[in-house]
Amino acid sequence: MNKTILASLVSLTIVGSALAAPLSFDFKDPKGVNAIQFHLDSLLEPIAGTASGVTGAVNFDPANPGATAGKIVVAASSLTVSNSKMTEHLQGNNWLDVANNPEIMFELDQLSEVQTSGNTTTAVASGKFTLKGVTKAISVPVRLTHLAGAYGKRINKPEVGGDLLVIRGEFTINRADYGIQPGKNEDKVDPEIKLMLAIVGGAPQA
Amino acid sequence: MTQSTPARSGLRLAIRWLALVVLTGTAIFWGVKGAHRGWSQNLVPIPQLDEITGIEYVTYEERFVPGVDFLAGGIGTAFALFAVSFLFRPKPQPPTA
Repeated sequence: MNKTILASLVSLTIVGSALAAPLSFDFKDPKGVNAIQFHLDSLLEPIAGTASGVTGAVNFDPANPGATAGKIVVAASSLTVSNSKMTEHLQGNNWLDVANNPEIMFELDQLSEVQTSGNTTTAVASGKFTLKGVTKAISVPVRLTHLAGAYGKRINKPEVGGDLLVIRGEFTINRADYGIQPGKNEDKVDPEIKLMLAIVGGAPQA
Repeated sequence: MTQSTPARSGLRLAIRWLALVVLTGTAIFWGVKGAHRGWSQNLVPIPQLDEITGIEYVTYEERFVPGVDFLAGGIGTAFALFAVSFLFRPKPQPPTA
């Protein structure tokens, strides 16, 4: 009898630990929605485009959002604007030099100023941002939305269990800080680049 | 230039007509395609919404939208043709005795 109780307690502890464990969300989206949008003011009209080659993983614990950790990687060659010549220029060695710097990356070190309300957490994400081979520490205000049980519905397979994690954020960098035409063409192309992030990661139930 | 005067006049007129066609054709094409006041586009961004997550994202449609660079190119070509037409001035007729 005692052995049975002990076995039950051990089982409950294991199940409890598994439930409390952070979920790993994969940001390679099967629907191809994930992209980083960027915006630079320039002559005639702003240069706006997207970089859609998003991959990476984020560990998120709904019971402890402050412990979120992970890395988001964007393929620099996926950067696209609405004019293909301009895309070539932006990817070329004078600008992003994607041949030699194929990845744009944000590695999350910690979340601070964490506030959770319902399934939404707002925080400041501090980490290392790498662009054109230059890595700098930055802090980005982010909003994380945990959509429990929504994984299957999104891929039109409601029988598949799992959660989604949506990360939204917006920040501005100075292109000169990352060796992108420092001090050049500032009268034609703004030195600041605004980056907008809205990405979703999936954690299918095993 | 060895053309006779009527031939030179005809050529000059033809070049001027061509300049006019280029000018009006460019302006009409630019206007019909939406009179886009930015740079020409060959990938047109189409905003989309992912209903489950509420994420707004962009897909691109492959089609040409002429911008002001296209318009400027057309106007420049038309003016260049018009300027070239002056090379074909009719030669002054020698006074008849």
